[in-house]
Amino acid sequence: MALDEKNIKDIAHLARLKIEENEVAESLADFSSILSMINEMQTVNTENIVPLSNPHEQTQKLRKDVVTESNDREKLLNLAPRATDGLFLVPRVID
Amino acid sequence: MAWETVIGLEVHVQLSTKSKLFSGSDIKFGAEPNTQANIFDLALPGTLPVFNESVLKMAVKFGLAINAKINKKSVFDRKNYFYPDLPKGYQVSQLDHPTVGPGSLKIKLDNGAEKKININRAHIEEDAGKSLHEDYQGMSGIDLNRAGTPLLEIVSEPDLRSAEEAVLFLKKLHSVIRYLDISDAIMAEGSMRCDANISVRKVGEIELGTRTEIKNINSFRFVERAINHEVRRQIELIEDGADIAQETRLYDSELDETRPMRSKEIANDYRYFPEPDLLPIIIDDTYIDAVRDELPELPEEKKQRFISQLKLNEYDAGVLVTNREIADFFEEIAIATQDSKAAANWVSQDMMALLNKNNCTILETPISAERLSSLIMRIKDGTISGKIAKRVFEFMVSDSSSVDSIIKEKGLEQVSDTNVIDQLVDDVIAKNQSQVEQYRAGKEQVIGFLVGQCMQQSKGKANPSQVNALLREKMR
Repeated sequence: MALDEKNIKDIAHLARLKIEENEVAESLADFSSILSMINEMQTVNTENIVPLSNPHEQTQKLRKDVVTESNDREKLLNLAPRATDGLFLVPRVID
Repeated sequence: MAWETVIGLEVHVQLSTKSKLFSGSDIKFGAEPNTQANIFDLALPGTLPVFNESVLKMAVKFGLAINAKINKKSVFDRKNYFYPDLPKGYQVSQLDHPTVGPGSLKIKLDNGAEKKININRAHIEEDAGKSLHEDYQGMSGIDLNRAGTPLLEIVSEPDLRSAEEAVLFLKKLHSVIRYLDISDAIMAEGSMRCDANISVRKVGEIELGTRTEIKNINSFRFVERAINHEVRRQIELIEDGADIAQETRLYDSELDETRPMRSKEIANDYRYFPEPDLLPIIIDDTYIDAVRDELPELPEEKKQRFISQLKLNEYDAGVLVTNREIADFFEEIAIATQDSKAAANWVSQDMMALLNKNNCTILETPISAERLSSLIMRIKDGTISGKIAKRVFEFMVSDSSSVDSIIKEKGLEQVSDTNVIDQLVDDVIAKNQSQVEQYRAGKEQVIGFLVGQCMQQSKGKANPSQVNALLREKMR
C-alpha cells in the first residue's frame, strides 16, 4: 500500500504528534521507506512458525491478590501541574 | 413488512478482587477520589504491571460456567487511544488470545422454549479512570481510582432476536456471575455495564443489516427500552429509503432516545500490538481442573435439584434459583421445616414482596431464614393459623424478637380450647338464625359464611377446622 500525505497527518493525529506542514513530505518519504522494508519482510515464508509474542522463553509470574499500596494522594497530586478537590485537572475534554 | 432484529451484547463486569489487575491498589467502591490510585495506576515512568492471580482464576471460573473453551495460552495486547482518564495512553486488553474462548448460555423464552445464546469470547482488560466534566476552574477533573480495576468483557454472538431476549440473556449472565461470586454486577453502580450492537433486516434475509452500537445502558429496564427505541428508529429510516450509518450512539434514559456520539474526525484506530511488559499466561489442565473443583452449584443444576430432591414445580424452582442468596435462604428453611412447599411459598411470595417494597436484598432484611422457619413451624404445629401467620410476618419486619414472643405478646395464639370455641359457635348460631335455617334446609355453602363469622368474632384466632366441625355438629 502506498502512503499519501493525508495518511501521514492521520497517523500523527492518532499519536498526538504535532507535525509541521513542511515536515510532511520528509515524513512521507521516511514512512514509505519503513513500509517497503516491512513489505520485504513479509515476503519471508513464515508458515509453521508460531508468532513470537515475547522474546523471553518465560511465562507470566502471578501476583497474590492483596492490597500493597496505601493512599499517597497528596504526594501524587503535588506532582501534577494542576489539582483541586482531590482531582487532577486537565484541559477540558468534551468528547 | 416484517422485520427481524439482530442483537449482540458486549458486557463488561468489574471483577471483585481485592486489588487491581496489575497493581496492589485497593478497589473499594465509593472511595474518595484518587485515594486508590498509585504510581502504577498513574503510569509514572518506570512502573511495570504485575498480573493478579485472582483475575485469572475468576476468568477461568466464568469460562467453565459457560462451557467455554479455556485457552491455555493467553496474551495481553495494548489498545492505544488518548483520553485523560487513561494515563498510559493505552488500555491493556486481550485481542487475539483471550483467556476464555467460545461458550454459551441457555435462556428460557416466555413460550417455555429454551434458546442457546453463543458467547464468542470473554477477555481480561483494565478499566479506565473517570473524567468529571463539571467546571473545575474551566478544566476537567480526573479521578483515577477506577483506573486498572480488572474487567471481564463478555462478547455474545449476534444470536439475540428481540429486546426481551437480550434482557433474558443479561439476567441469566448476571445470575451466573453472582453465583460464581466474581463480581457484584450492580448495573446502577457500573460494576456491570452493557453495550448493545443492533441491526435490523427483512425476515428471510441472510445478510446482516448495518449495525449501530448503543452505549451507556445502565439498568435491565433501560436495555429493553434502548433496544426497542433503536429498532424502531432503524426501521423507520429504512422504510423512508434512508441508510443506517454505522456509528456509536448513546442512550439517554430521561428522553428515552438514542443519539449519535460526537463523531471524531478519524475513525478509531486502536493500533493493537502485543503488550511487551507482560509475558504470555500459560495454564495447564491441572490448573483448570483445580478451578473446576471450586465451582459452586450453578443456577441450572440447583433448579434441577430443587425439582427432583425438594419436589418443587418447575416455576417455583426457576424463581427461587435466580438469585443465589435467595436460593440458599429458601433451602435453609426447607431443611429446617421439612416443608419445601411452604418454604417456597413464603420465600417466593411474602419475602420477595418485602424485598421489593423495601428495595433491599435478602441479606439485608430483618427476617432471617431461622425466624421464617420458626414462623412456618408454628403454623405446622397449630399454634397459629396461616392467616394469623401473615400478621406475625408483618410484626417481624419491625420487631426483632422471636416469633414465639411476638405471638405471645400480641396474643395471637390460635384458640383451640374446646370451651371457648363452643361458646363462640353458640353465639354465632344465635345471632345468625336465618343462615342456620338455610343450612339446615340443605344450602351447604352457608357454612363458609358462618365459619367466617366465628373467625371474625375471634379476631382470626379460633382454630378454623375445629370451628367448622363444631358448627356442623351443632346445626345437625
